[in-house]
Amino acid sequence: MELLHALVIDPIGAIADNPEFLLEVVIGGLLTGVMYSLVALGFVLIYKASGIFNFAQGVMVLFAALCFVGQLQLGMPLVMALLSTVAIMIALAFVIERVVLRPLVNQEPIILFMATIGITFFLTGLGQLVWGGDVKTLDIGLPKDPLIIGGVLVNEFDLTAAAVAGLLVAGLALFFQKTSIGRALRAVADDHQAALSVGIPLKTIWVIVWSVAGIVGLVAGIMWGTNLGVQFSLALVALKALPVLILGGFTSIPGAIVGGLIVGAGEKVAEVFWGPAFGGAIEDWFAYVLALVFLLFRPQGLFGERIIERV
Amino acid sequence: MLYREAGQFKTSYAADQAIFTIPQDRAAFWILLALGFIAIPLVASEYVLLTIMIPFLVFALAAIGLNILTGYAGQLSLGTGGFMAVGAFTAYKLTTALPGLDIVFVFLLSGLVAAAVGIVFGLPSLRIKGFYLAVATLAAQFFLIWLFNKLPWFSNYSPSGVIGAPPRAALGLVTVTGAEASPVAKYLFTLAFVAILALAAKNLVRGRFGRSWMAIRDMDIAAEIIGIRPLNAKLSAFAVSSFYVGIAGALWAFIYTGGVEALAFDIDRSFQILFMIIIGGLGSILGSFLGAAFITLLPILLDRGGEALGLPVPVNVLTNLEDMIFGGLIILFLIAEPRGLARLWQIGKEKLRLWPFPH
Repeated sequence: MELLHALVIDPIGAIADNPEFLLEVVIGGLLTGVMYSLVALGFVLIYKASGIFNFAQGVMVLFAALCFVGQLQLGMPLVMALLSTVAIMIALAFVIERVVLRPLVNQEPIILFMATIGITFFLTGLGQLVWGGDVKTLDIGLPKDPLIIGGVLVNEFDLTAAAVAGLLVAGLALFFQKTSIGRALRAVADDHQAALSVGIPLKTIWVIVWSVAGIVGLVAGIMWGTNLGVQFSLALVALKALPVLILGGFTSIPGAIVGGLIVGAGEKVAEVFWGPAFGGAIEDWFAYVLALVFLLFRPQGLFGERIIERV
Repeated sequence: MLYREAGQFKTSYAADQAIFTIPQDRAAFWILLALGFIAIPLVASEYVLLTIMIPFLVFALAAIGLNILTGYAGQLSLGTGGFMAVGAFTAYKLTTALPGLDIVFVFLLSGLVAAAVGIVFGLPSLRIKGFYLAVATLAAQFFLIWLFNKLPWFSNYSPSGVIGAPPRAALGLVTVTGAEASPVAKYLFTLAFVAILALAAKNLVRGRFGRSWMAIRDMDIAAEIIGIRPLNAKLSAFAVSSFYVGIAGALWAFIYTGGVEALAFDIDRSFQILFMIIIGGLGSILGSFLGAAFITLLPILLDRGGEALGLPVPVNVLTNLEDMIFGGLIILFLIAEPRGLARLWQIGKEKLRLWPFPH
C-alpha cells in the first residue's frame, strides 16, 4: 500500500495539484535535452558517414571547450578564440583520419570503437596537460536571467541554448541537403562502396565529418561549459548521449534531437515526481532504463533505419 | 628445432582432444603453474604480491568472464563493473549474515547470484545486438551501482557505504581475508581460484556451450538454422560470464582491497576490463591473462619509467602524460595487431616451429 502511494498516488496527486509546476519541469528538462541532443548529433554524424561508434565525442566536447576557454583566458578576443578553436578541431580531424582511421580501414566495428576509446584517453590527457585540469568558468556574455513566460519560469540561457541548437541543426540540414559536399556525405552514409565507385574520396569525407563533429562538439562545449564550468565531467555528458542515440536511432539526425528532448524531459519528470519513491538520484540511470525498455519494442530506435538481415 | 610437432603422433581420442597437444606446451604449462604456486610466493616481496600479482589475477578472472560474453558469444557488454559489484556486495551480505559459511562457498554463491542478475540484464540481448546492446548493458552498470549506493541495507547500514571484509578462513585451513591474512595466503588462494576457474572456462569454450556461443557470435541467424537456440546460448553466455565477473568482484573486494565502496566498480572499471580483452585478444582465454597483465603493469611501468628518468615533473602532469601514452599505446596496438596479444603469441609460436631454419 505504501509502495502504491509512493509510486502512483503521490506523484500523480502532486502533478494534479500543480500542473504549472509539471510544465516548468518539462520545459527545464526539454532544454537540458537540447544539450544532450547537441552531443548526440556529433555521434550521429560520424556514425552515419563512417559506421564508427565514436566514443571520443564526449571528450571532443571537453577538448574543444578547454581550448576555447584556455585561449580566452590568455586574453584572446572572443572571435579569434572561436576561429582558432575551430581550426584546432579541423586539424584534429586531419590527424585522427591520418593516424587512426586510415590504418584501421576495414577493421571490425569493435576495433574502431576501441580506437576511439584510445583517442578519448589521449585527448583527456592532452587537453588537461595543456590547459590544466581545474574547473574554468566560461562566460561569453550569454544572458542567464530567469524569465517568466505565461506564468512558467524559464531561464534565458536555456532559451539561448535551444535557439543555438536550432540554428545549428538548420545549418547542418542546409549543408547536408544543398551543398555538393553534403550530397557526397549522404552518399557515403548510404553505401561506402557505391560512393567510392562514383569517385567520392572517402578520406576527405571522413576529415570533413570529423571536423563537423568537432565543431558541433565546440558548440555543445560552450553551452555546457557556460552552464557547469569547463571541467572533466563534461566528457561524461557523452555517456548520457548514448540512451539518446538509442531512442532516436544511431543514423538519424532528427532522431538525435527528438531523443534528446525525450530523455531530457523524461528524466527530469521522473526525478522530480518519482525520485523520492526510489530515494533520489534516479537521473543517473533513468535514461538508460528508458532506452532499454524502448529497445525491447523498437530495436532500431525511433527514426533509425530498419534492420534487415539476410543469411 | 626445440618446439615442433613433427613426428608426434596422437594415438587416442583423448590425446587428440587434449588442451595442450604438444609435450613442449604441456611442460611449459606445468612450469608456469609451478612458478606461480611455488617460486613466486617464495621470491616475491609483499609489495609485488599485493599490488601486482593479486590485482592481475583478479583482473584476469574478470577478463575471462567478459571474454566469454564478448569474445566468444559476441555480445558487447559495458556492464562488467556492475556485475563485479553484485559479486562483491553479495559476498559481503553472505559473510556477515552467515558467519559460519566457508569463504570458498561464499565466493561461489556470490558468483551464482551475479549469474542470476546477469541473466536478467541479458534478456534484452534476445532482441538487440551490437552497440545497441552495449548501451543497454550500461543500464545495468548505472542501475546496479546506484542501487548499492542508495540502499544502505547492502552495506549493512555503514555510514560511508564502504564494505569491509571480515576475517575468514578458506576451507577452514588458513585465513585469507581481513587485515591479519598473510599476503602469501591471499595470493595462493586467489591463484588457486583463478587457475581452477580458468581451466573450467577453457574447457567450457571448447565444448558444446562454447561452440554454440561462437556460432551465435559469427552469425546468429545461421546458428539458429543449424539448431542452436539463441535464447539458451545468449542467456547461458550472460550467466557464465556474470558468474566469473561476480567472483572477480568478490575477490577484488575481499582479497585485493579488503574494503570497497560501490563506486570502485563504476564505468571506468568496465572499460578497463574491456581494454584487457581487446588488447589481449577477443575469444581467447590466454588473451584474457595477457591483456590483464598488460593493463595492470602498464601504469606501474609508466610510473616507474617517469621516476627512473628522474624528470622533475609534477604529479598532475605525469597522470595526464600517462593518459596520453595509454591512449596512444592502445591505438598503436590496434593498428599493429587488432587481434591482440594472443595473436602475437600465436605468430611467435609459428615462427618458433621453424627456428632456426628459414623454411
